[in-house]
Amino acid sequence: MITRHIFRFVPRSVFVFCFMTSTTKQLNAEQLSPLLVDFITRSTHAQQVQVINLHLLTGGASRQTWSFDARVQHENGRNETLPLILRSDPHEGPQSVMDRTLEFHILEAVYAEGVLVPKPYFLGDDSLGVPFFIMERIEGETIPRRLFRDPSFSQARQSMAQQLGTRLARIHRVPIENYHLSGLPAPQNGRSPAEEEIVRFEEMYATMAREPHLAFELAFRWLRQHMPAKQEQVLVHGDYRMGNVIFGPEGVRSILDWELAHLGDPLEDLGWMCVRSWRFGNDELPVGGVGKREDFWRAYEEAGGYPVDLTRVHFWEIFGNLRWGILCLTLTQPFLDGQNSSVELAAIGRRTVETEWELLHLMEE
Amino acid sequence: MQDRPTVMEYLQAVTHFLDEEAVPNLTGSRQFYGRVADNVLRAVMREIEHEEEYLFAEWERLNQLLPAMERPASQSALRAAIQQRTQELCQRIRRGDADTGSYREQVLVHVRESVREKLLVNNPQWLKRPVSS
Repeated sequence: MITRHIFRFVPRSVFVFCFMTSTTKQLNAEQLSPLLVDFITRSTHAQQVQVINLHLLTGGASRQTWSFDARVQHENGRNETLPLILRSDPHEGPQSVMDRTLEFHILEAVYAEGVLVPKPYFLGDDSLGVPFFIMERIEGETIPRRLFRDPSFSQARQSMAQQLGTRLARIHRVPIENYHLSGLPAPQNGRSPAEEEIVRFEEMYATMAREPHLAFELAFRWLRQHMPAKQEQVLVHGDYRMGNVIFGPEGVRSILDWELAHLGDPLEDLGWMCVRSWRFGNDELPVGGVGKREDFWRAYEEAGGYPVDLTRVHFWEIFGNLRWGILCLTLTQPFLDGQNSSVELAAIGRRTVETEWELLHLMEE
Repeated sequence: MQDRPTVMEYLQAVTHFLDEEAVPNLTGSRQFYGRVADNVLRAVMREIEHEEEYLFAEWERLNQLLPAMERPASQSALRAAIQQRTQELCQRIRRGDADTGSYREQVLVHVRESVREKLLVNNPQWLKRPVSS
């Protein structure tokens, strides 16, 4: 349970290179290309398939992401070029936080329900030697600092917070019971979604912390004493924040990284989006550095989201800051254990204190 | 006793090199890592400058919250003792001692100050917390 959150939590913008130096053995492009040609030919029953522009986007400890185009010549003579992404587990090293099959099925479900996600094309087989799937590649921008400053997004910036709210409502209304998603994490032992998350992170904190953190002790205590009475239980994205959303000049294009999806309180996603670290310095705009909470909430409600109870969403924002603080402790472990000498993993350990400061203020509000 | 340059002067030389020569000539992930390394060194410099002052202040505050003790003489013993006493304070918080009342207020003052001292070393910019909506 603890490892579920370890590796995929870093802001795409800043930490994309985080694990590039890991010694994980992996296929190189020359080895991978013919395997992909065979797989796609089998999957599409095509006459001929060409794989071009194959390159590694991120080589993480928990998974790898490759970008490529497939030129497919169908049996009826029709040709098409598909822009694609391959997501696979590494050949060695720690297993991924969520298995690829479940992630693919979640993508299929939310895609079918009209959520903005890359089209899931093919669930992998054993031909690469590791679990994998292939999905559509969506072009656009995820890096917050560019989204904040680049003139080509000035129009989109006017409505980013509203669009984030609207798109999130659609996720929370996915009729998850209509899909076969066994294995989707859900509250255990009759716990409420809030209690489930608290218990999970108490355990992670107890395992990971190498020094006492008074602010976290106070925050856990606060959360236990302020657990919301009423909570819905729906499909929660689990990592809905800047860095995991692709924008174009017109606005939100696609929502990525479903590895932390689970059944939980919908307001968990709203609180997480407002964690201070996702503002990347744009502190006066609490919703991911792009908008005001009220605009985000209103758009969410108007698009069919659940009623935004102010006390409950505040609870989840406090939880979100605590969660990120504990994840900082977790992310620095490979450095402290001597498994990874990255200066970035070293630096993230002391970012924990940023969330402590935020927690102390939020608990008093 | 070492000769000049002092530790601080050495660190200044290295951060100057990173800032003026290395980082501008790096690209992509290397440039990013170069900036991270530079930030780490700057935190180290701030820690060297303030460590004793902050440790002494933290010890005095703990003496207000827990049975008073004499401050250990060496800095490493002081650090170990602070960590141990902070564990003790954590247990008190878990027991509910700091849930309400004046003890809670005292604990909050201490925690705020300790977190502020950590931020003054690691990310002083973060202390500025705009009133946001």
